[in-house]
Amino acid sequence: MTQLPGLLDAEALRKDFPILDRQVHDGKKLVYLDNAATSQTPRQVIDVLDEYYEQHNANVHRGVHVLAEEATALYEGARDKVAEFINAPSRNEVIFTKNASESLNLVANMLGWADEPYRVDSETEIVITEMEHHSNIVPWQLLAQRTGAKLKWFGLTDDGRLDLSNIDQVITEKTKIVSFVLVSNILGTQNPVEAIVRRAQEVGALVCVDASQAAPHMPLDVQALQADFVAFTGHKMCGPTGIGVLWGRQELLEDLPPFLGGGEMIETVSMHSSTYAPAPHKFEAGTPPIAQAVGLGAAIDYLNSIGMDKIFAHEHALTEYAVKRLLEVPDLRIIGPTTAEERGAAISFTLGDIHPHDVGQVLDEQGIAVRVGHHCARPVCLRYGIPATTRASFYLYSTPTEIDALVDGLEHVRNFFG
Amino acid sequence: MYQEVILDHYKNPHGRGLRDGDAEVHHVNPTCGDEITLRVKYDGATIEDVSYEGQGCSISQASASVLNELLVGKDLSDARKIQETFLELMQSKGKLEPDDAMEEILEDAVAFAGVSKYPARVKCALLSWMAWKDATAQALGEADAERKTTA
Ligand SMILES: Cc1ncc(COP(=O)(O)O)c(C=O)c1O
Repeated sequence: MTQLPGLLDAEALRKDFPILDRQVHDGKKLVYLDNAATSQTPRQVIDVLDEYYEQHNANVHRGVHVLAEEATALYEGARDKVAEFINAPSRNEVIFTKNASESLNLVANMLGWADEPYRVDSETEIVITEMEHHSNIVPWQLLAQRTGAKLKWFGLTDDGRLDLSNIDQVITEKTKIVSFVLVSNILGTQNPVEAIVRRAQEVGALVCVDASQAAPHMPLDVQALQADFVAFTGHKMCGPTGIGVLWGRQELLEDLPPFLGGGEMIETVSMHSSTYAPAPHKFEAGTPPIAQAVGLGAAIDYLNSIGMDKIFAHEHALTEYAVKRLLEVPDLRIIGPTTAEERGAAISFTLGDIHPHDVGQVLDEQGIAVRVGHHCARPVCLRYGIPATTRASFYLYSTPTEIDALVDGLEHVRNFFG
Repeated sequence: MYQEVILDHYKNPHGRGLRDGDAEVHHVNPTCGDEITLRVKYDGATIEDVSYEGQGCSISQASASVLNELLVGKDLSDARKIQETFLELMQSKGKLEPDDAMEEILEDAVAFAGVSKYPARVKCALLSWMAWKDATAQALGEADAERKTTA
């Protein structure tokens, strides 16, 4: 097996993931390279989910009985784990949502209903980028349409990076919020947070960071980022589906209005009006995804037991190797940075004129799972004049052998359609 | 799924390119970005031409080629029967084993039977057929309207 500096002992880690033993299509070994869509779940997380339902299941914050107290302690314990994982100054800054999309929609709606100085209205501007996931485009389009605010964005350079050359024209005194992705799910690009945050702070705009493709793969420190909001999603970081996180600065969460109303988010309710619980509960109406939050806490324990810096080094080594190997494939064009620098472990490419659907299908027949399409980032495909891409994305359990299998698989695809 | 017939049609498509028509439609498959622009030309109730231009996977491109081969020169009622039979096959989730009668109607298009097992790809196979149906409705609608105005 190829030895690269920085690699984890992935063969040992793979034993934690029962699904990686699966065979598909009559005995082909599964090569799972669709981690940017969702990650697999280790036994340690599956066990915690089972134990939650077998031993502790109850609604949270509502009962005086044993199970309710245990469930509440587990749910709030998960909040502590998330806060520590992202170095949040306070656990009360961690809001549980159902996914990153809901987190981003929540920010947009807080700002849409806010009073001055946060209010987004027809006199103000919203800034995003051309490489956002649809989850960080559509909520802002909706907000712009409803308030009359102007939506602006940073374009992309030919090599798949943000074009910040006109940053002073894009982010102006009118800008209320700048929302951008930390690591792109389609290009793999890791964006220069500091430059953007500095300009946003100059004009007094808030900053929201979509860390969906960063939180699973590298150390994430919300204080170092100096953002106002950070969103991510549990199912891409060894956790279950149905759980996401929005981190927000405490003062903001105190000032900004709730979005969803219901049980749990109130202090007192009369038929005329209500007062609200302090954050984070103000933003968590109704019964939350309890088991899922507990599962996310277990996923964080698992990731911590390996070490986020080690996971990052592993994926960096794999990405370097994958870029090199992929560029050896004739007619293959990487859409995004062609080095491993300032880059995550999702690599999109086109293969001659062969449509990504066909690439993906023929790879699947060999047991290799990749994602094909526009990856919920259609503007990126439009920008580069392509209908779609094939994307391979790695995680802590990915190996150089799997990259070799991908490259061999692509050779087979070329012969098949050649 | 990739039958030789499908690959042949993909590599050597029949009747590709846009020519004169009575109606033109543009259909897209939003989940994958496959696109087709398709024109139909009728001579009374006979299909004189189906011309098309598009981009997409081998399944959607081959399916358009098969459509052209099967439908051009046919009577509208025969064409509708072929379209409905193809739709039935594609919606069969791989459970329908085409019989002789079906093969007689569908000719090369029976090769797509295997595609029906892949829900994500069924839409690719149906893209041109849905476009044809839509274009035909428009062409005949217009013809109807013309007849009315001349009457
Ligand atoms: C960069 C990015 N943002 C947002 C999302 C949305 O995550 P979710 O679908 O869990 O809301 C994803 C994942 O698909 C993503 O990759």
